[in-house]
Amino acid sequence: MKSLKHLFGIADLEREQIEYLVNLGDSFIDINRRPLKKAPTLRGKTVINLFFENSTRTRTSFEIAGKRLSADVINISASTSATKKGESLLDTGQTLAAMQPHVLVIRHSLAGTCEFLAQYLDNTAIVNAGDGAHEHPTQILTDLLTLKQAWGSPEGKVITMVGDIAHSRVARSHLLAAKKLGYTMRIVAPRTLLPAEVERYGCEVYHDFDEALPGSDAVYMLRVQTERLTDSCAFPSIREYHEAYGLNSKRLQAAGDDCLVLHPGPMNRGVEIATDVADSVRSHILAQVEHGVAIRMAVLTALCGGQAKERKTGSRKKLPDEAMRAQGTLL
Amino acid sequence: MSSTLLIKNGHIIDPANGIDKKADLWIEDGKIIAVGKHSGKADQSIDAAGKIVCPGLIDMHVHLREPGQEWKEDIESGSRAAVAGGVTSMCCMPNTGPHIDHAGIARQIIERASQVGLCSVHPIGAVTKNLDGKELTEMRELARSGCVAFSDDGLPIWHAGVMRKALEYSSSFGYMVIQHAEELTLTEGGCMNEGWISTQLGVTGMPVEGEDSMIARDIMLTRRADARYHVAHISSKRGVQMVRDARAEGLKVTTEAAPHHFALTEEEMLGFNVDAKMSPPLRTEEDRLAVIEGLRDGTIEVIATDHAPHHEDDKRCGLSCAAFGIVGLETMLPVSLDLVRNGVLSLSEMIAKMTSNPARLLQLDSGTLNTGSEADVTIFDPEATWIVDRETLLSKGKNTPWHGKQMTGQVTHTIKAGRIVFENGTIHG
Repeated sequence: MKSLKHLFGIADLEREQIEYLVNLGDSFIDINRRPLKKAPTLRGKTVINLFFENSTRTRTSFEIAGKRLSADVINISASTSATKKGESLLDTGQTLAAMQPHVLVIRHSLAGTCEFLAQYLDNTAIVNAGDGAHEHPTQILTDLLTLKQAWGSPEGKVITMVGDIAHSRVARSHLLAAKKLGYTMRIVAPRTLLPAEVERYGCEVYHDFDEALPGSDAVYMLRVQTERLTDSCAFPSIREYHEAYGLNSKRLQAAGDDCLVLHPGPMNRGVEIATDVADSVRSHILAQVEHGVAIRMAVLTALCGGQAKERKTGSRKKLPDEAMRAQGTLL
Repeated sequence: MSSTLLIKNGHIIDPANGIDKKADLWIEDGKIIAVGKHSGKADQSIDAAGKIVCPGLIDMHVHLREPGQEWKEDIESGSRAAVAGGVTSMCCMPNTGPHIDHAGIARQIIERASQVGLCSVHPIGAVTKNLDGKELTEMRELARSGCVAFSDDGLPIWHAGVMRKALEYSSSFGYMVIQHAEELTLTEGGCMNEGWISTQLGVTGMPVEGEDSMIARDIMLTRRADARYHVAHISSKRGVQMVRDARAEGLKVTTEAAPHHFALTEEEMLGFNVDAKMSPPLRTEEDRLAVIEGLRDGTIEVIATDHAPHHEDDKRCGLSCAAFGIVGLETMLPVSLDLVRNGVLSLSEMIAKMTSNPARLLQLDSGTLNTGSEADVTIFDPEATWIVDRETLLSKGKNTPWHGKQMTGQVTHTIKAGRIVFENGTIHG
């Protein structure tokens, strides 16, 4: 298996690498649940979280992941950084790289930011924490870990993703992962929220949510950015959006009892997802958040030399429901 | 005392005069005095055996950035790049700062180019004051001051009413309007062609309909105004077809293609390549082939570069915010020679699209080897190969998608008004 130098996107990963990272993440779930949440794996390593877009969960998730593995973690957010003073993206990147961190975790509203910076930064591993509408690989690895816990393997399953596919990096990364791992992506959106030629990903395209639900193994609701929706004439009103593409428990019945509900967060309750679904037993939304930390621990470990061997799960006592969820084979 | 320059043993191609043969070319006191036999003695001679000798090339679409953005390019650096590419006359677009929207700027540019003395520069006057699309410039005055056509290039003349008036007014004294055809409400925020590649990269696309819809509108306005309309840098299949149909109908519609639009496709963007970002954007293979077909059947009469130098700082900021445009003067000829090598055009047809055809559209005296005309001559070796190196380009702009690529066809001599201004890699300033 090729070792990882950077993590730009799912597009660059082979199936084997995806499975490795998910399995490594699985092995880190354990640490996060212990009373003493610390391992020495990344002692002496420096991780900089450079966030040009607002983010609570992804930034916190990377920060906790680094700290629990004993790395020194520094957070920089664009609102307080040099970029406000007119420093270019490249200068900010080069300045931070000159301080010799091992890993630079970057979120930016422009697609391709990581690929761009990597051309100029030599000794720093770059992790894409979301770049425009391009990719968000750690979110997808997180989802895959969640699905592994639920299903064992996603192969052959149908994930129905609903919302603003056009502007979604989560959608693109999932569409790429689906092809590599053999699950089906069913995407649901009005045509104003679909990118050009999206069917070339090999996905199923629906405009009617209710038609897409039967046969779905999971429903994945995307966050709706309300300003974007109405400003760009992509949708006339939030009310009409919720009516056509919002998920509620009544609508979810069409998908059958085993259908999971996922959301990358943060949720707009009452817009793309109703509270009765968000808080239901089918919702794995908080599990996604928990697994996000484990996956980011795995990614940081892999990029810092990957010294930590994939550790055996089962070295601790499992809670009953967890044991059931984990009984599937590795992805 | 007169001086005589003899270019001997070359293969002379002069499309305007139907000359395509091995012959000598005689130049005296800056003028062409004979193609073929001449009884006289040369003070200086160039052996052009194995080379093509043709009229100096004309690039009717360049951005020279002077005045206003001299860190990107200036008339001197642009002229050096031009003659290195075999270009002896070029037309510069008015999106300078200040814009070429009044006579003083046009005169200043012409004067500066003549001081540099390498390449003629013919300004294209702005259609609207400040290029803001609202009020027409003093077009007659601009024409009298040396402007050869009108355009707001970089921006479209978006307002249909203004476009109609611009076409009507300029055609009353025989000038054409050159349109950067782009419906901005469709392309806003876009940085490349909209399609499968833009979807994969997650960037906003510019749908081809942005170009097509404006060409369609403009052709209707041209029909009513009985005006002269020229589509700049055509890049789309439907656009080419609309121009073809308009010409068949007898409308005075012409167009040009840039080398990148017939040589490259949107695939170049994979990997977020800022040096392949331009407007109109590189499009699909289907569009590229349609542009080639337009060149082949004569729908597209002109090859022009849309030479758009930018400073590194404006390109090194990621794809979405990088400036639009690439340099083209120094690669125009070898890239276009592929059309000949691939059997699309004869060598004479290709040369006509860079010499006599643009000269005719712009009513220039250049572009031929007529006896008695000013001796602008380009000599090139069609088989010589070289590697494009952004560091050695003479343009200040280093933004080329061909960096590191091999080119076949190299200019060996460029002669401006009888003077050798470029010779085997060296500028004689």
